[in-house]
Amino acid sequence: MASAQQSPVEPAISAEHLVRRFGNFTAVNDVSFRVEKGEIFGFLGPNGSGKTTVIKLLTGLLPLSGGSAQVEGLDVRADSEGVRERIGYMSQNFSLYYDLTVEENLKFYGRIYSIDPARLKRRMEEIIQLNGLGLYLHRLAAQLSGGWKQRLALGCAMLHEPKLLFLDEPTAGVDPVARRQLWDLLFELSGHGITFFVTTHYMDEAERCSHVAYIYFGKIIADGNPDSLRQLPDVQPQGTKRVEITAPEITRALRLARHIPGIRSATIFGQSIHALVDESFDLDGLRDRLLKNSIAVTEIRPLAPSLEDVFVELTYKHQALLEAASD
Amino acid sequence: MTNIFRGFGAVFYKEVLHVRRDAATLFFSLVIPLLQMIVLGFAIDTNIRQVNTVVYNADGRRESRELLDRLKNSDTFHIMRYVQDDNALNDAIISGRARVGVKIPVDYSDRLLHHMSAQVLVLIDGSDSSVAGQAINVTTAIGLDESLRRVLQDRLAAFPVDMRPKILFNPDSRSPNFFLPGLTAVLLLNVTTFLTAFSIVREKERGTLEQLFVTPVRPMGLLFGKLLPYLGIGFFELSMILAFMRFVFLVPIHGSVPLLALFSLPYLFVSLSIGILVSSKANTQSEAMQLSFLTFLPSIFFSGYIFPRETMPWIFYALSNFIPATYFINITRGIILRGAGIRHLWFDALALFAMGAVLIIIAARRFHNKVIMA
Repeated sequence: MASAQQSPVEPAISAEHLVRRFGNFTAVNDVSFRVEKGEIFGFLGPNGSGKTTVIKLLTGLLPLSGGSAQVEGLDVRADSEGVRERIGYMSQNFSLYYDLTVEENLKFYGRIYSIDPARLKRRMEEIIQLNGLGLYLHRLAAQLSGGWKQRLALGCAMLHEPKLLFLDEPTAGVDPVARRQLWDLLFELSGHGITFFVTTHYMDEAERCSHVAYIYFGKIIADGNPDSLRQLPDVQPQGTKRVEITAPEITRALRLARHIPGIRSATIFGQSIHALVDESFDLDGLRDRLLKNSIAVTEIRPLAPSLEDVFVELTYKHQALLEAASD
Repeated sequence: MTNIFRGFGAVFYKEVLHVRRDAATLFFSLVIPLLQMIVLGFAIDTNIRQVNTVVYNADGRRESRELLDRLKNSDTFHIMRYVQDDNALNDAIISGRARVGVKIPVDYSDRLLHHMSAQVLVLIDGSDSSVAGQAINVTTAIGLDESLRRVLQDRLAAFPVDMRPKILFNPDSRSPNFFLPGLTAVLLLNVTTFLTAFSIVREKERGTLEQLFVTPVRPMGLLFGKLLPYLGIGFFELSMILAFMRFVFLVPIHGSVPLLALFSLPYLFVSLSIGILVSSKANTQSEAMQLSFLTFLPSIFFSGYIFPRETMPWIFYALSNFIPATYFINITRGIILRGAGIRHLWFDALALFAMGAVLIIIAARRFHNKVIMA
């Protein structure tokens, strides 16, 4: 808690040693992180790793088994109602009332947050303008496509002008155009000082975040901005480099490459192989070797690790640790 | 500052919109009860009449024919066939064509004429106990009556004891009068429990319930906002059932309708609470459906709705004391058929108010713990 107050600006979220147990199972195990105001915080991790549980802890939906959390300056344990007033939440299934119209859905959430009629009218106009919902006001939510449902859900979540929005997999099941538009909107809103806590499975979305954390089996194993994560020693061990190898017959090339000494790991990425190799690895030797097997390499070039590479490496590393611990 | 009913108005209004949009559910929840009323009101007659009867009259003389006429005139028996031997008599009953078989022995008239005791064999199919009971009662009574008549014939004296039963409240023993007031209780329970459970489980399925929990809505605001529209539907349904009962099935209402409405309030709270309890267990609408049916069974079988409580084994009799429908059925029958007032029904009303209060508290707690903190 002391560390949270040392910062000149109060963070949007400050989570300290969060623990949540369900019976014998520890779903969230000593999780700490800070989200600064105005950040787009990407919270990543495989299914069942504890992402949604962390959101539930921070929004007061689930009581903490241990640790403490401050959201928008309020203690989640002491004043969960105050926290709920200040945040917006959009769940992964766009929790809308399908038998209500777009307008009725918005009005319902307006009443829930006890927004007075004059302000509600103004806010609804703003939201409708921002999300482009004007044409669909009297349409039932059930009849909207995925992208429009998502916009309506976002509109409902931000009607009461929260400074912090939790978006749980906001782009699951949404077409690419709507996905792009949502991110444009998030950047715009973030420019106005709104903080976003976003969970996602899409690595390209993670790359757009100003701050990412990766949770694995209830523990955070990476936390920082995407560039700093790429520099992590675990991801880019001393004396190694990453290369991208473009070649035809990519799967056969991968099988061969995996048996070549000096290649530490290799995986297919689109039309190429991403490999982690020794610093001293002879790239021309590799080219010759593949040619001997009648694979003509078109290009080999150095590569910065992607966030996906980062998370894959960290996950392997962590798995090894977990296995060692359980032996 | 903290209003524990926060969000009530918003949820209430939204719930009313749902009900208006979902015409199908509303239609079925109001029309199915009417269909049940029609079935029970028109099609089912619990009075046992015209039981199929087969006769083997080995005697065939005047005395034996007189006896058969008396059986026929009782309205209980319908003589469908005469057979000529014991096997045919047995077969008719075993095959189910007849429920009662009467064998008059060959010496029936002779024994009577010689002032000896004559025996008549009455075979009764016991597979339907109420038919069997009625058959025993009527044949025994006819036998007794016939005997007395013959014994007293010579002295011309009146019967020393003359029982004159008089049935109060439902003098013609009309089945609708018996069934419909009880059915009112069962239907109210069904519809309100279903609608409440469904409205909550639907939000669980959709994920909107979770969404509501991250808003400042308070659990009590949410709960009562969801319950009150269905309480309204419950009252509407009660009025509809009463109107149907009175004007279509011509069941006279002897007591006070406002009193009935007042006493149905705690009963409706009971049903709504059961709906909440169901929804705290069920995660899908089909689960909610099955669980609701489970809760209806005791109300149908142990409340005295179909089977009299007095004849139940003590354990079920004791159990029936804990079933809200038991008290409400006593109230509906009391007010509608017997013209009972508060003076007669205060205990049942008190029991319902107590149960309603306890159940709504349990339901609210469970809703809070199992649904919100799930």
